[in-house]
Amino acid sequence: MTRLFYDGTFEGLLTTVFEIYEHRLAHTKLEKGECYTSAMFEDKIKVITDETRAARVLKGLQQKLSPDGIQRLYIAHMAELDKEDDTLIGFIRYAFDSLMNIEEDFGNKYVLRVSEIVGFMRREKHRMEAFVRFQKLKDGSFYAAIKPDFNVLPLLNRHFKSRYADQKWIIYDIKRSYGLYYDLHDTQFISMEFSSINKPDKVIAAYTEDEGVYQNLWKNYFNSTNIPARKNTKLHVRHIPKRYWKHLPEKI
Amino acid sequence: MNADKVTEKLNILADAAKYDVSCASSGSKRQNHNKGLGNASNGICHSYTEDGRCVSLLKILLTNHCIFDCAYCVSRKSNDIKRAAFTVQEVVDLTINFYRRNYIEGLFLSSGIFKNADYTMERLVLIAKKLRTEHNFNGYIHLKSIPGASDELMREAGLYADRLSVNLEMPTEEGLKLLAPDKNRQDMIDPMNFLKKEIIQNTEEKKLFKKAPMFAPAGQSTQVIIGATQEDDQQILYMANHFYRNYNLKRVYYSGYVPVLSDSRLPALNTTVPMVRENRLYQADWLMRFYGFKVNEIVDSRQPLLDLDIDPKLSWAIRNMQAFPIDINKADLQMILRVPGIGVESANKIVKARNFAKLGWDQLKKIGVAINRARYFITCKSTDFERRDLTGTKIKQFILAESHSKYLKNTQTQLSMF
Ligand code: SF4
Repeated sequence: MTRLFYDGTFEGLLTTVFEIYEHRLAHTKLEKGECYTSAMFEDKIKVITDETRAARVLKGLQQKLSPDGIQRLYIAHMAELDKEDDTLIGFIRYAFDSLMNIEEDFGNKYVLRVSEIVGFMRREKHRMEAFVRFQKLKDGSFYAAIKPDFNVLPLLNRHFKSRYADQKWIIYDIKRSYGLYYDLHDTQFISMEFSSINKPDKVIAAYTEDEGVYQNLWKNYFNSTNIPARKNTKLHVRHIPKRYWKHLPEKI
Repeated sequence: MNADKVTEKLNILADAAKYDVSCASSGSKRQNHNKGLGNASNGICHSYTEDGRCVSLLKILLTNHCIFDCAYCVSRKSNDIKRAAFTVQEVVDLTINFYRRNYIEGLFLSSGIFKNADYTMERLVLIAKKLRTEHNFNGYIHLKSIPGASDELMREAGLYADRLSVNLEMPTEEGLKLLAPDKNRQDMIDPMNFLKKEIIQNTEEKKLFKKAPMFAPAGQSTQVIIGATQEDDQQILYMANHFYRNYNLKRVYYSGYVPVLSDSRLPALNTTVPMVRENRLYQADWLMRFYGFKVNEIVDSRQPLLDLDIDPKLSWAIRNMQAFPIDINKADLQMILRVPGIGVESANKIVKARNFAKLGWDQLKKIGVAINRARYFITCKSTDFERRDLTGTKIKQFILAESHSKYLKNTQTQLSMF
């Protein structure tokens, strides 16, 4: 068993694959972060991310997988699930070691697991597309704070950019402390300095006057559209898990 | 804007609109153009009501004033309730401001009939027109077509709206006569026919000229109230099938009657909403639309009612045991889709995965098959399969026993598909 340590980037992951093949490692365990020496007899390799090597592996993968298959691998990696790096390695090795494209071989445990992880990411992305609540700031731009379970902000770019093309907006991931800003032309990733009073999820001071009015109207609408005779709390909570409520005016 | 006044109107007119269950906002391909506001493509539920229904659109009536007196409707003329009416501008402002905050996918606008059909329809169309032309709004717009409105207005409505719908209200003409004496079924069918023709013609034009304007790109839908009148499920599903086939409807919605008014023609006020039945109807509807079932396989004169204990797919399977078991590694996709416990997604995965290697129980389970149901109907790469020659009734008992405790707790809440 060889333990490999990498920097957590997708290029790093691809470089790791390069090392595995170069050293013909059969059994590996991949970890993020620094390589500490503890047990003496263990094999350890610190992977240094190398763009050329990563590019070679990617090129190889492109011959084995469809563009969609590679995209899915990339998204599965973005999920940043600690214990799943080995799944990704297993998937990539299975792809390289097979003659045909294996991305639909759902009988294989790696392929199935990658498809599950991509499913988590897609679900979280859809939830964020639904649960982002913009608040209008005095300068006319719209601000939303989110706290997604997975790092899906980059996946939100296309949807929000094509939808809200005529308003400036910021979607800020307060868990990971970075945001996406659209300036009427393009989007870019940003990070912001918040003073301790203006917590990122409460930029109240900067609201426009009618912001409160519309939040209130929305709450009223939400309550009026409910049919009490059909009450079904279980279903309600399954659709909007409680951890998201904090950022939904209708649920506060 | 007078916030208090608008709030009051919103409460009244959202409350009056909520019995229309349709909230779909998908199926349109309207893109954002000229850097305007919004697009309509994917149909997102932005919130869920406490009864678990999707909130996707701002669903309101323009007014609940109405000259008609339909027995099942809270807005009927003879009902003593508060009345309100939005101005055109108020609806436009609400829509735009809700949309910009990502609360909604768009607007679903319906109305009580004031003065006459054309007068009402004209205002609905005006709102859609303003949103599209003055605000460059590309979000979703669903307009209710008022029965009896002129073809000219319907055509204009189709140019601005993504979806148009005329509610049939009652599954049969007799039901409608009984409860909505002012209404006439032909007045509902005429606009459906008109829209169908316009939509087909527009599709043809689009093939020739890419720039031809869109006409109701998300098609038309309708809604029937169930449980207010005596129709059985066979009548309801045959009706739905008829409208899917002959009017190219995108959706038929089934709305379990919520007793809101006391009237000798209606179920008593303390009647519970037929939610399980409604759910079974939706499941049957899915079987027709996505699973390749014919309506007479689901209900017929010997079986005019859907089984409330079990879903219609399982019900079909145990009535047709001669078709099973099937070999999961060989059977056609169409047949796999008919196995209880296997949904569309799992079925697709199975036919892809089996090209690589034969599948066993373990893999089927991981792919998402509900083995406790499917096991009576399939064989796979395993010598372990159901060998007893069980009758359909026995299988139903086993499956029910297994999910019994769950079922008891869930009768009111079961709303999942298969
Ligand atoms: S016409 Fe429509 S709003 Fe008027 S009473 Fe009948 S169902 Fe209600």
